[in-house]
Amino acid sequence: MTTLTTNYLTPTGREEAWRFTPLKRLGGLHDGTAVIADRHSLTLGSGNVAGVSFALVSASDASPISESDDVIVARIRDFAKEVSVLTIAANTEVAEPIFLKRSAGALDTAEFSRVLIRVENHARATVIIENSGDTHLAEDLEISVAPGASLTLVSLQEWGGKSIHAGRQHAVVDRDASFKSIIVTIGGSLVRLLPTVEFAAPGASCELLGVYFATSGQFFEHRMFVDHKVPNAKSRVNYKGALAGDQAHTVWIGDVFIRAAAEGTDTYELNRNLLLSDGARADSVPNLEIETGEIVGAGHASTTGRFDDEQLFYLMSRGITLADARRLVVRGFFNEIVSEIGNEEIQTRLMDRIDSELAKAGA
Amino acid sequence: MSTLEIRGLKVSVDTENGAVEILKGVDLTIKSGETHAIMGPNGSGKSTLAYSIAGHPKYNITGGTVTLDGADVLEMTVDERAKAGLFLAMQYPVEVPGVSVSNFLRTAATALRGEAPKLRTWVGEVKDAMQALSMDPSFAQRNVNEGFSGGEKKRHEIMQLELLKPKIAILDETDSGLDVDALRIVSEGVNRAKESNNIGVVLITHYTRILRYIKPDFVHVFANGKIVEEGGPELADKLEANGYAEYVTA
Repeated sequence: MTTLTTNYLTPTGREEAWRFTPLKRLGGLHDGTAVIADRHSLTLGSGNVAGVSFALVSASDASPISESDDVIVARIRDFAKEVSVLTIAANTEVAEPIFLKRSAGALDTAEFSRVLIRVENHARATVIIENSGDTHLAEDLEISVAPGASLTLVSLQEWGGKSIHAGRQHAVVDRDASFKSIIVTIGGSLVRLLPTVEFAAPGASCELLGVYFATSGQFFEHRMFVDHKVPNAKSRVNYKGALAGDQAHTVWIGDVFIRAAAEGTDTYELNRNLLLSDGARADSVPNLEIETGEIVGAGHASTTGRFDDEQLFYLMSRGITLADARRLVVRGFFNEIVSEIGNEEIQTRLMDRIDSELAKAGA
Repeated sequence: MSTLEIRGLKVSVDTENGAVEILKGVDLTIKSGETHAIMGPNGSGKSTLAYSIAGHPKYNITGGTVTLDGADVLEMTVDERAKAGLFLAMQYPVEVPGVSVSNFLRTAATALRGEAPKLRTWVGEVKDAMQALSMDPSFAQRNVNEGFSGGEKKRHEIMQLELLKPKIAILDETDSGLDVDALRIVSEGVNRAKESNNIGVVLITHYTRILRYIKPDFVHVFANGKIVEEGGPELADKLEANGYAEYVTA
């Protein structure tokens, strides 16, 4: 165990970045009171694949590739002496998904984890991170997508009910490279993720997709930031959330920054929330800051609604019970994004979990 | 042999200006194998009759009874009405994003038959039903009514009629928005479903043209929330010639 010595600006909850987060429920990840264990729970789930390597390397050999003003990221970087590094070698095309798993966590001590995913020039891969079991985790996950490379990163938060997970997933996307992120958050007590992207060179693109389903007492926050600092990059954001049960609370923040240099930017972000019962709260804040008018397009939309009575009536008029009709509508709502994972087994597992959460919530 | 009996049905809807009565006492009896055309001007309450029988929550029943073979339909939930044997082909079928036609049909068939249809025979059943309505097989993978053309929505409704085999079917303006070819294909579907399952059909329409393809046994003229005249197929010819003017001003 280690004690942090650096002085940090501990958030009070009044800061813009922290105003929605119930700080007391972070278990001290933000203020230095968490007891940190020297644990590395991330493991490679799939077998050896040519061109793919996974290793724990010294932090001095794996410096951060991005800056961050997030206090938890700062604490992680201060603490972590080793970094889990996944490298997909140049020109490697990995047909099958590469699985990373976190399942050997704990609740009594916290893990401060740095992860680096490097996708080298013109490599193509899909990485699926499966998070399950109990955890108390602060995570600084960085992704570099080199020129001409392509990465799909699926991050599944299927944590146990008491888990706490605060993480940043930051991608640096280079020239003509593409990054696709699919984040699914359906388990845990508090999950706060920062999917952020910076474009390093023109021709880069990203697609940030996500679904979350919060039931009683769960707090799930997803806070994007897409930094268009170079010309001719494209970003798409689409997050869908459902909430059921008292005190279920979700937060979606979509910050997109189009800097003066970013001519030819094409961006659109979308967040839809489905409130399945009373007492749940969905915050949704799209935020577009534009410093140049010479762009292809920039837009955002946010909707929060309840079950559509007409949809339920239509399904029920075909003999389908109210409970089954709701289940179908919720599945359909999430299907647009879940189907993008492209793995039947995982998709079925997620949909089944959503069904059972929905049934438990009695929505 | 099934009988749907509507007696003195009164229905209102809530508006900003309070409850407004739309159906003012409707009497109608439909038996298996019969085809009833309900014709009338826009706003006369035809669709309200259809949706009230199906149980849409927007409509408040303020009087009268609806029974199917003696069972009180008005006491049933929407899905129970379908299970009892009622079917409503909607004028504006609803989009259900992310739910495929194939999944929807199988879920509905499972609910109505009490058990999941055997996969092998079910696939064939759906394929045949789609083929009969000149629908492309890819249709099954599309999301329910999402991005469907007007004609595709109506074919999808009638495909459900053929697959779900109700006792009594109410077709609400199934002819609207269809070109001549689609009208013929959809009408043939209705006639097929009717003949193979002895369905009682209530055909709600504004125009007489669908009656060239689906022959009614009875024609009811609907105006101002009630049936104002009844007769055989010859009544439709009179409407074709004279329109609804005499009923609206009456």
